[in-house]
Amino acid sequence: MSFLKIDHVSKYFPNPSGTGQVCIFKDVTIKIEKGEFVTTIGHSGCGKTTLLNIIAGLETMSEGGIILGGKEVTGPGLDRMVVFQTFSLMPWMTVFQNIRLAVRAAYPEWDREKITAHVHKYIDLVGLKGAEDKRPTALSGGMKQRVGLARAFSIEPKVLLLDEPFAQIDALTRGVIQEELIQMWNTSRNTVFMVTHDVDEAILLSDRIMLMTNGPSARIAEIVDVTIPRPRSRDTIIEHPHYYKIRNHIIHFLVRHAKHGTGGDGGPPDQSVSGEPVEVNFARDSSGPR
Amino acid sequence: MSGRKGNPWLISSFLLVVFLVAWHLFTLRAAFDPKGLTEEQLQTMEFNGDIVRTPDGGYAWNPEKEKVKGVPGPLAVVQKAWLELGEAFVKKGTNDHGIAYLVVYTVSRFAAGFLAASVVAILLGVLLGLNRVLFRAVNPYIQILKPISPLAWMPLLLYTVKDPKWTAVLVVFMAALWPTLATTAFGVSSLRKDYLHVAAIVQLSWFKRLFKVILPGAAPTIVNGLRISFGSALVAVVPAEMLLGELGVGYLSWIEWNNLDIAGVIFAILVVGVVGVILDSGFNKLAGLVTYQE
Repeated sequence: MSFLKIDHVSKYFPNPSGTGQVCIFKDVTIKIEKGEFVTTIGHSGCGKTTLLNIIAGLETMSEGGIILGGKEVTGPGLDRMVVFQTFSLMPWMTVFQNIRLAVRAAYPEWDREKITAHVHKYIDLVGLKGAEDKRPTALSGGMKQRVGLARAFSIEPKVLLLDEPFAQIDALTRGVIQEELIQMWNTSRNTVFMVTHDVDEAILLSDRIMLMTNGPSARIAEIVDVTIPRPRSRDTIIEHPHYYKIRNHIIHFLVRHAKHGTGGDGGPPDQSVSGEPVEVNFARDSSGPR
Repeated sequence: MSGRKGNPWLISSFLLVVFLVAWHLFTLRAAFDPKGLTEEQLQTMEFNGDIVRTPDGGYAWNPEKEKVKGVPGPLAVVQKAWLELGEAFVKKGTNDHGIAYLVVYTVSRFAAGFLAASVVAILLGVLLGLNRVLFRAVNPYIQILKPISPLAWMPLLLYTVKDPKWTAVLVVFMAALWPTLATTAFGVSSLRKDYLHVAAIVQLSWFKRLFKVILPGAAPTIVNGLRISFGSALVAVVPAEMLLGELGVGYLSWIEWNNLDIAGVIFAILVVGVVGVILDSGFNKLAGLVTYQE
């Protein structure tokens, strides 16, 4: 019995050009264990973010169901917190107030001192001490997302949903925040579902990586086990013999699927792969799949 | 860079001086010159009240009649203003209150109508902004009602509420309602989905969602609507007082006209302008508190 089960979830949107519906993705089935870090990679338009929003309860699925800790997911809740690509900090609130909004909601029984202490703990954790009373406008992209991470971790959700969290952050800062994320996650060990475009980021952070085909009618084609032991860090991970195997495998997959167009506006469905997702594990099969 | 040099205050003062001097010169009337007029003609003019006999035996224009001949000059207006401001806190009768009282009446009438309209418009606007179907259902009526001059409602309002005091407030209300309503609905409906997503995830109550996320998020747009409403309400309050005969600065302008005191009319116009500037700067201070930078 897995902790988070995404069971045959499909999403259809009404066709923008007239009648009928466009299938974004079909029969997505993922089983995620408690404390596992799972990432989904795919080209734009494959519905990664839609899938994440469905897990968060912010969008509805057309078919299928999601079960978290034995209960069906029917809407948004404090057990699943999203870290947004666009940060989603309220610009009229300070850093402190942004995090407090979530903490207050998550722990309504706590008194003022306890809430304040908790918020400060997470501000310190992301190294934003001294910036508590700044508004998001006064912060750089990296600092904004640190606030986003602090807000997400502060309510100690069962599942953390990361929606391309570092896409809008410059490459140098991105690496630093990725390591901060690893450190925070090491102590909290939330279950994480992440969506990204960045292959290196996925390998650094994930236990398993789902590769999605292109939309319309996208599906999960392969599940790659990241067979690199933790703790990982950016400078040592590339030394591991599996690193480039995994990286090349994923990039080959993405390049292969780039040829089929990015879909979205009525292109032919990607039929190059069908059936159950292929499991790829370089430790089990040292020669690689196929 | 040219166009940046120079002191704007200096230019402002210069323009004012030029205007006052021009006003003074154009409204200047030469002293009465009896040359070329027969004794008989002078007697007729004196009889008609055009001229009066001065203590030294000569003739001069009748100062009473001068008041309604042409536009009074700046000195006459200053003189009138001095007089009015001197009795600012004097009540001479039921309809003759000092200028300070009139300003207070107008401002409170304006504030009552504007605040009531703002509360109603913001509540309705939030409701419409959150519900697209409802918005599309109600929008045609808003579009029809919006361009109606608030003064057009006056006879109907006067007939139904039967009280000029409340009618004046309601005219201001009608003037201030639509811009805020339309912009609030727009601001709320175009609020970034992200903010609502965060509110949904942390399970904010309906009440908290409104006051912690929706209203502050839409505040800059709402303030823009309030600013338009503010101006339109300020424009409406003056004619409402004139037409309803309710004491206030608009009424002052009309009553001075009835008195054929043109200097008084000009003074009343200036008071309306000053009151508007003061209210507007107060509004801008308040607006600065609730807006944020994205």
